[in-house]
Amino acid sequence: MNSVIKYFTDIYKGVRSLWAGMRVTGKYFVRPGEIVTEQYPENRATLKMEDRFKGEVIMPHDKNNQHQCTGCGVCELNCPNGSIEIITKKVPNEDGKMVRVIDKHIYHLSMCTFCELCIKTCPFNALAWGQDFEHAVFDRSKLDKVLNKPGSSLKKKEAKS
Amino acid sequence: MSEEVTKNIIVRDDEDYIINMGPQHPSTHGVLRLEVCLNGETVKYVIPHIGYIHRAIEKMSESDTYKQIIHLTDRMDYLSAHMNNEAVCLAVENALEIEVPKRVQYIRVVLDELTRLASHHLWWSAFGMDLGALTAFFYGMRDREKILAIFEESFGSRLLHSFNTPGGLMHDVHPDFQKHTMEFVRYFRKKLPEYKQLLTDNVIFHNRTQGIGKMSRETAIAFGVTGPSGRGSGFACDVRKVAPYGLYKEIDFNEILYDEGDSFARYLVRMDEMEESLNILEQVTDNIPEGDYTAKMKSIVKLPEGEYFQRVETARGELGIYIVSDGKKFPYRIKFRSPNFSNLFVLNTLAKGGLIADLVAISGSLDLVIPDIDR
Amino acid sequence: MLLDIYSFSTLTASINKDLHAAMTPWLAVATELVLIGLLFLTFYALLGLFLVYLERKVCAVMQNRIGPNRVGKWGVFQTIADLIKLVTKELIPIKNADSFLFNLAPFIVIIASFMAMAALPFAKGLQAIDFNIGIFYIIAVSSLGVVGILIAGWSSNSKYSLIGAMRSGAQVVSYELSVGLSLLAIVVLSGSMQLSTIVESQANGWWIFKGHIPALIAFVIYLIASTAEINRGPFDLAEAESELTAGFHTEYSGIKFAFFFLAEYINMFIVAAIAATLFFGGWMPFHIDHWEAFNRVMDYIPSIVWFFGKTFIIIYLIMWFKWTFPRLRIDQLLNLEWKYLLPLSLMNIVIVSFVVLMGWYF
Repeated sequence: MNSVIKYFTDIYKGVRSLWAGMRVTGKYFVRPGEIVTEQYPENRATLKMEDRFKGEVIMPHDKNNQHQCTGCGVCELNCPNGSIEIITKKVPNEDGKMVRVIDKHIYHLSMCTFCELCIKTCPFNALAWGQDFEHAVFDRSKLDKVLNKPGSSLKKKEAKS
Repeated sequence: MSEEVTKNIIVRDDEDYIINMGPQHPSTHGVLRLEVCLNGETVKYVIPHIGYIHRAIEKMSESDTYKQIIHLTDRMDYLSAHMNNEAVCLAVENALEIEVPKRVQYIRVVLDELTRLASHHLWWSAFGMDLGALTAFFYGMRDREKILAIFEESFGSRLLHSFNTPGGLMHDVHPDFQKHTMEFVRYFRKKLPEYKQLLTDNVIFHNRTQGIGKMSRETAIAFGVTGPSGRGSGFACDVRKVAPYGLYKEIDFNEILYDEGDSFARYLVRMDEMEESLNILEQVTDNIPEGDYTAKMKSIVKLPEGEYFQRVETARGELGIYIVSDGKKFPYRIKFRSPNFSNLFVLNTLAKGGLIADLVAISGSLDLVIPDIDR
Repeated sequence: MLLDIYSFSTLTASINKDLHAAMTPWLAVATELVLIGLLFLTFYALLGLFLVYLERKVCAVMQNRIGPNRVGKWGVFQTIADLIKLVTKELIPIKNADSFLFNLAPFIVIIASFMAMAALPFAKGLQAIDFNIGIFYIIAVSSLGVVGILIAGWSSNSKYSLIGAMRSGAQVVSYELSVGLSLLAIVVLSGSMQLSTIVESQANGWWIFKGHIPALIAFVIYLIASTAEINRGPFDLAEAESELTAGFHTEYSGIKFAFFFLAEYINMFIVAAIAATLFFGGWMPFHIDHWEAFNRVMDYIPSIVWFFGKTFIIIYLIMWFKWTFPRLRIDQLLNLEWKYLLPLSLMNIVIVSFVVLMGWYF
């Protein structure tokens, strides 16, 4: 007799546990307000990335088209996978002396692992994170970027007061 | 020969009916190939073939500075990225005998537990999916998303946040970090009972996991199965308790142990660990002290000549890092003792004699991350 | 009677009369057959597309997602886009496969589900063939589909497909029993195997209410067993994607895959329609004995609405199962049948016969 009782209690317990699961899914079915999907291309206008979001490495330029990169090469040295290449050139300054300035700061986005070491180690805070994340391109060469804008120059250090 | 050894012996035969699970298969969760020999639906033996995603992380580390190694360890067990980073950092800090600020220790523990929760969420989702409960997958992912949002706010990336650096953190956490973490803890406390109703108490789920893939304590120790999988067999191997690091000495938490050793016990260990992680978060998050986010470090870290070992508890078990230094800025040799590598090779012992569906349930309950196996 | 306003029999009879007046009798019958065939083909395709869309939306809402939302408003044309994709896709020939059987299998599966549909009473007077052994016919025909699945698995020359097909064979053969026995309970209650008679017998109340306990047990067993028979929900072992990638249709592509896919959804409709017809009165409105005014109001709702309403509620139930439960293992699946469902349904037959003998039903 015990086995018969066990047989039916097993059925009862099984059905009850199944019903508990169905209640969970059923609850969400009648409460569609809980939908969490991000409708990405539609919400592009309202999409706000976090300030610290690591989209790509950029070099901030001010309104005079001036940046802070001296071309010292610390970022190139610190990059673990060679995503950064620094090409410098020598130009005469006001005193007529030849000084080394940045010619091209080449950044290979395709190789970047977003470890933040270049930004962290830059002694002049010349690099920063950009929030742009739409990097899909048809040609990989388009991911090799030159960070300093054409015609830009090194920002003069403000005279210490 | 002991039973553990004999059970693992594989006898190949030309007549074997072999199916290849993977490298592209929904239930191997990555590029792992399981050579499964079947007799009808019964599994005769399983031979795991690894190496499809081998990236030579150990070799690459030999030409990287200690700060640069961090970003490579992210890519081993990508679901416990933070713990992997911490292992390297702790090894370097201990070697240099640097005192890390209290604030850093607190934040590291919070991140440890958040990462563990996120990892267990993903495991729960994937385990449900392995057993055919697809809705579980989306509920787990939904809740994991909240943690990833916290990560994104503070570190800028959601999964592979190379946030640790020898001596502390890359930068301070976001001002809202504590608030959002506590919001998540409250949110998830409400959602956890749903997990129980949907899967833990389900009679079909019980049938699929209870008594499946029984692993004795001896087997677990013999194969070096650590983490929740080992603790499901009663093997007390939680590094946070056995060899406490960082702040874990001062935190009050329990090591979850189950003695059954089947897939269901491994499942329960992880479910209870989620609860325990919430407890730890509640203890720690509100008490993060003010202070520096990093200790004073030289710009180039050089370890004194010698050998160093550090282990941490990742979401999947014990990660050991062994560094041999010859005093230069690059390590002479680095060896990672990754938990998944040991956890994988117990698969044949557990799955032998079961059905094909049991193999899926067992590999799901072992919670393997393939890039960590291959490194 | 009000019911007659919505009856399709006047329409079909007049078409029949006109055709016979215009042509010779055999030509008229042939024309009718072609017409019905075309009608069913269209209905079949539209229903398949709608069910796929419905399933995707239902599961999406249950999983806190939106579901298809790109093609058309709320993604209503998503399945049509999918269909176009499947039709234009390449049919990949499999090396060393038995090509004749390989190509034949999808047709067997889809024809089996076609045939079952012929006997369904969609509304009053809207039934292609009214067999006097309608239930028997449907059970017999719907189990033909498994032959197609077995052939598909065998001829694909793939190990995953073979395992899936074998599982499906074992599963369908065992669950046939419970499906048949639970339907038999209603046959005993109504005293007929003819579907139109069974529907008529529920004019004063549906069998699920009139037949109380035994009918309820029979319904629950039927729901579980039929879910298993159509390889769905927690019983989708034949195509368990986490174990066998896609089971018996792993190697199929393009429109041949679409046939399997479509047949699966139509089968779901068929089992739901049978359940609606036998337990919930088919197209019969909700009637309560001696409540004349209430019955009158119910009669204003067209019979076709009643039929599809009930069917889709049961389809929703089947979807609800699928999106909640984990999958069973093959031995547990057979255990469930032979240890629980079969004894219960046998017991139920005895109870129902006893109930009928004593006249303890309404």
